[in-house]
Amino acid sequence: MENMTGGEQHTSQSYNAELEALRSSVLAMGGLVEQQCQSAVEALITGDEKMAEEVARSDYAVNELELEISAQCTDILARRQPAARDLRMVVGVIRMVANLERIGDEAAKVGRLALKLSDNRDKHSYQSEPQHLGEGVTAMLRGALDAFARLDVDMAIEIIAGDKEIDREFKTLTRLLMTHMMEQPQQVKNMLRVNSCARALERVGDHAVNLCEEVIYLVEGNDVRHLSFEEIKRRHVS
Amino acid sequence: MESADSPQSPAPAAQAATGEKKALDIHDHTDVGAYETIGSPFVKNPKMSARNVNVYYGDKQAIHDVSLDIGRNEVIAMIGPSGCGKSTFLRTLNRMNDIIPICRVQGDFSLDGDNIYGADQDTVLLRARVGMVFQKPNPFPKSIYENVAYGPRIHGLAHNKTEMDEIVENSLRRASLFSEVKDQLDKPGTGLSGGQQQRLCIARAIAVSPEVILMDEPCSALDPIATARIEELIDELKENYTIAIVTHSMQQAARVSERTAYFHLGKLIEVGATKQVFTMPKHELTENYITGRFG
Repeated sequence: MENMTGGEQHTSQSYNAELEALRSSVLAMGGLVEQQCQSAVEALITGDEKMAEEVARSDYAVNELELEISAQCTDILARRQPAARDLRMVVGVIRMVANLERIGDEAAKVGRLALKLSDNRDKHSYQSEPQHLGEGVTAMLRGALDAFARLDVDMAIEIIAGDKEIDREFKTLTRLLMTHMMEQPQQVKNMLRVNSCARALERVGDHAVNLCEEVIYLVEGNDVRHLSFEEIKRRHVS
Repeated sequence: MESADSPQSPAPAAQAATGEKKALDIHDHTDVGAYETIGSPFVKNPKMSARNVNVYYGDKQAIHDVSLDIGRNEVIAMIGPSGCGKSTFLRTLNRMNDIIPICRVQGDFSLDGDNIYGADQDTVLLRARVGMVFQKPNPFPKSIYENVAYGPRIHGLAHNKTEMDEIVENSLRRASLFSEVKDQLDKPGTGLSGGQQQRLCIARAIAVSPEVILMDEPCSALDPIATARIEELIDELKENYTIAIVTHSMQQAARVSERTAYFHLGKLIEVGATKQVFTMPKHELTENYITGRFG
């Protein structure tokens, strides 16, 4: 039976169980954060005040999970002295939950901004513009978590490739909002809020890329952080 | 004991022999054909060299075609499950297997380029140059002083008592034991604690000016504090000596060594920089062992 990191099982059942639990925790945190992102985008688009409030308030749950998982990792390091793929898994997870927590922060930020924007529901503030961007980064996040669940490096690289498009879309959106701000100065405040939401979403995309880099690290042992996509592709032989 | 006519240079024996070498098939336990050791078994200008080593105990083959270099002033750890041949291999390096009647050793071995299994090789001298420390501390039933002086005496390394005193003191200092025993050098070596006894054995090995120190699970019988002191000592010793250590503690191998060699069922599976072996081992068997997936 394959365990989380592939290959045979540990002789120690409890060690096996700890690694499985770690994996489940990360996926649970990922699921929660994904949900936060989706709700944040929806609250922004629809102006749903209640949803926006819920997202802003729920960030504490994400933070709690980060602390819990960090403690699990420290425990494994102390008690098991993991080596090779297990070591890379624990180190990778420590970095992944930091990224997931930041994604949670960005989603909460969008929630808070959406709340402010819902007070002044005015279609001229273009707050439904980031919808496609929001869907894009949520899909990236989902893909990154899938890649982790399946330890699939090819998928991780595919996700990383999609970040360029996200960046492009964010820049386009910013230009659009700038144009409109000049046309409707009274909406500047709200449009700046919308732009802040878009930037938060763009950052979610960056964090999703980081998650994928960690998947590559824990599967292959290559630390590809700070490398360009082309360089990552070049190093990976399918 | 057989030894092929060996060239003076430790260059790898002809591998263009029969068939090609392939990576070891982990699922075929009967695979005793030619295989390839993964990683970096060879180094430039090695202190010791072993090529195509096969060792038999009667009909049973304990070591299969192992080739490995020991680098100068390096600490190389040999790890692997019980019965994998690591201790047997270690003993080939100073011909300790000679004293086992049913043991047959084949292969080319060199120390600084000299064939150590040559017919004219003085094994007593060899074992001074390539010293050994065993798992169970085994001080002689003599005083601490005599334990250390014994070797130099039979090798004629001291011309008078002053010189011998100096050798004894230096050896005990180098083994990080002198300050603890300097006022009781005439007390029996067997009266010391386990950790002290082991350091006494190391001092004894050092006293005859070895070039290589072989250690066969030197800390197995010691508590964590004594173990930590021996490991610290290994770190100091490597400046002046080459050290090969067999250990069944992977964490110890990870702590003390620069290169790690993994043995499995008498074969040398993988050799590499310790950092690399413990973070990204190349062979599945190595990874299974060091992560605890013993199957």
